[in-house]
Amino acid sequence: MLKQRPFLIETLTAIGLIVAPFVLPHLGFAPNTVNRILVWGLFGLGFDILFGFTGLLSFGQSAFYGTGGFVAAYLLTRAGFSNVLGALVIGMIAAAATGYLVGLIALRRTGIYFAMITVAIAEVFFFVEFNPLSDFTGGENGLPGVPAPSFNLGFTTIHFTDGWSLYQFIALCYFIGVIIALRIVRSPVGAILSAIRDNPLRATAVGHNIHGYKLTAFVIAAAYAGFAGGLLGVLQAFMPPDAFTFDTSGQLVMQTAIGGRGTLFGPLVGATVWLFLQDFLQSALGLGAAWKLVLGVVFVLLVCFLRGGIVGGLVDLYGLVSGKRARKAAETEEAEVETPQQAPPAPMQAKQVEHPAYSGPILKATGLTKRYGGLVANSDIDFSVNQGELRGIIGPNGAGKSTFFKMLTCEIPPTSGQIMFAGRDITGLKITEVCQLGLTKSYQVNQLFTGLTVRQNLRIAALAELRGKFRLDLFRSLSGVKGLTEQVEHTLALVNLTRRADTPVSELAYGEKRRLEIGLALATSPRLLLLDEPLAGMSPRERVETVKLLKSIARGRTMIIIDHDMDSLFELVERVTVLQEGRVLVSGTPEEIKTNAAVQEAYLGGVHGEIAA
Amino acid sequence: MISWPNLVSQLFNGLALGALLALISSGLTIIYGTLGVLNLAHGAMFMIGGYAGFVTYQYTESFILAVIAGSLFVMLLGVVMERTIIRHFYHRPHEDQLLVTFGLGICFVEIIRLIFSSQSQLVPPPAIFQGITNLGFMFYPTYRLAVVGIVAIALGALFIILYRTRLGMIVRAGIEDSVMVDSLGINVYRVFMVVFGIGAMAAGFAGIVNAPVVSLTPGIGDDILVQTFVVVVIGGVGSFPGAILGGLIAGEIISVTSMFNPGYAYVMLFAAMTLVLVVRPHGLLGVQGRE
Repeated sequence: MLKQRPFLIETLTAIGLIVAPFVLPHLGFAPNTVNRILVWGLFGLGFDILFGFTGLLSFGQSAFYGTGGFVAAYLLTRAGFSNVLGALVIGMIAAAATGYLVGLIALRRTGIYFAMITVAIAEVFFFVEFNPLSDFTGGENGLPGVPAPSFNLGFTTIHFTDGWSLYQFIALCYFIGVIIALRIVRSPVGAILSAIRDNPLRATAVGHNIHGYKLTAFVIAAAYAGFAGGLLGVLQAFMPPDAFTFDTSGQLVMQTAIGGRGTLFGPLVGATVWLFLQDFLQSALGLGAAWKLVLGVVFVLLVCFLRGGIVGGLVDLYGLVSGKRARKAAETEEAEVETPQQAPPAPMQAKQVEHPAYSGPILKATGLTKRYGGLVANSDIDFSVNQGELRGIIGPNGAGKSTFFKMLTCEIPPTSGQIMFAGRDITGLKITEVCQLGLTKSYQVNQLFTGLTVRQNLRIAALAELRGKFRLDLFRSLSGVKGLTEQVEHTLALVNLTRRADTPVSELAYGEKRRLEIGLALATSPRLLLLDEPLAGMSPRERVETVKLLKSIARGRTMIIIDHDMDSLFELVERVTVLQEGRVLVSGTPEEIKTNAAVQEAYLGGVHGEIAA
Repeated sequence: MISWPNLVSQLFNGLALGALLALISSGLTIIYGTLGVLNLAHGAMFMIGGYAGFVTYQYTESFILAVIAGSLFVMLLGVVMERTIIRHFYHRPHEDQLLVTFGLGICFVEIIRLIFSSQSQLVPPPAIFQGITNLGFMFYPTYRLAVVGIVAIALGALFIILYRTRLGMIVRAGIEDSVMVDSLGINVYRVFMVVFGIGAMAAGFAGIVNAPVVSLTPGIGDDILVQTFVVVVIGGVGSFPGAILGGLIAGEIISVTSMFNPGYAYVMLFAAMTLVLVVRPHGLLGVQGRE
């Protein structure tokens, strides 16, 4: 729906905003209420990018709402500034700058820590507004006398005073806010934000600087909050100090969850429900102070039973009604495509970074050691792999194979030793940088972006290769990224998932997930690919297919594969390294390894015989 | 303005507040450490403890009964909350857990507001702790001294539960690795219920013990919750000793800063938290790897 008509949502929003003043009065909405809903909606657009799209639940947005609001109000009431729009923009910038500084601290931790830190920071802002800065902010009196905007167009001056007149101004601000938010969400940055929400570990591993992107989302949310805070002052002709209270942050969170997170319009819907119920319960039903209890109960029930909120519920409902037809069509199509599935995978197009200056081994580890307290996982490993080689690593359980891989990809730092990749010392680098250099791995346990489709998954990985680890192309559309479609389509074909491209990961079969896991690593176009047990948990038939897939990938690429399936591994690789108890036991061709007495000893505990029979 | 007796008296205030914060934070932190759920309704538990005690006191005029009833009522509330709602959230994302406990906290506050109105309520201290004590160099409200002692006893009891009983061993093991505890054949879900009850009780107990110091209002738990967060961040999530250390630090910072200018109390508290986050991101006594 979104792809077919790119400006559908923008158009519908515009129509809705234009029609609202003619319809809403008949439903009992006062213009002032509608304006307040729009301010909350605008506030929520930024918050939804932070919470709904990036998965960062902040309980401290009041800090930026208040900052933007008071900076704008101060300029307009005390500093003799007369340009309302200018003041709003300056307030927004001040809030964004504050957001940047706060983000630096709050984003040092994730999850519940993040939530707790944002609460604490917002509380500080509240107290600072009331005490040390009360000369500027009016303390508990706030700042009265915030003027309404007017624009001098040369021949005439437009005044937006109050009520529906002011509505035009606020609605225009909201509309612009929606357009910008939609652009951000559909940009490469937006795609990466969703990936961070779904699986921050993998987003890092495929080469994105997620801290930078999280900070970006945080600043965006702060900017929206700051502008909305300024509008609040304009709307009420008074900047209230309670903009800074924890209740403000809480109300925003609740409205967003009620309306539906990750939908952009959820906060607007939530604010509508909130303000409507507040009026309705208080005046029509005469519930008085109990209205908040009713809203609290509604909120808890929604969180328990309707995770996507109202908008999410409607989208699901729409999907249920329209999806049945679409699924039927897809099923028949699937049945038709079933037969040519056995066709050989697309030939590998070797996309290698040229490196003429260097011709030595692509990977060389010396004296690599990892200790956990007294436990030695890897001890003094010397290991080197040549360009274009296919290396296998085997070893009994607990031999330190996965630890070894984690050190090579810089997921964990070695206790001692050195790792050289393509002639460059990568010891101590971050996993993101190493991936950007062209070294990545597929995980032993699937690390996918579970909320996204197959195509979106591969896009995340390909974007890291095409855009580098951090880039702020907030207003570029995904289709504007050169080579993205080709790289994703190519990877899809390579891992034989083209038919499943638009299926959510959660609906994939295990073998398909496994192939996507390899695809994620492949889509970053690595020069050296590590595969940690790519065949684990697969049925014999899936193994045969995956071995075929690995062979096709291997053309023109260097790969190191850990696996327990020695038949398959020995068929694939040119050389095998055997690890035992954290040390290299022996290295050699598959034939040599098969007949090596020490290896048989390691695996069979001294019983002589052919291994991997 | 700043005299020695004044400073010492503020240090004592800080100790009393710190001890209370330590107790409340211990409840929050063992719940989080064991269940993985950050209970945003914890402040409301503290508040309800105060009100439950207040009602008991109205009927019995006995402070001891008020403390017992307040604690038990909140423990029961915690157990019911865990059984009916929280347990459905163990396998849902952290955000959902935060949202649902946040919503429950608001419901609790509004229910209390509906019953008792927003007016503040008073619970007098027990007769033996009324008045002021002459400490030789200054006079100090007797009950505040008693609070330190009462809370210390409660913390001691919590310590014995955590470090000297089978349940405590399971709880501490669960904080380290709950999957492992589960696979050892221990019914973690029953342990979860008990831990939630004990954690809530810690807050409820603190709520009624604190009631004679400040007057009760429905919103009393909100500030405490924020301070508790700072304590937990400073001390390290999931760490009982960390909660005590963090509580005392936070209590002293708030009290001593208030002596100069109450407006800066939170700023200083926040500065301390930031410092800890920069120097030791996992908290002073926190364990790495637990998010």
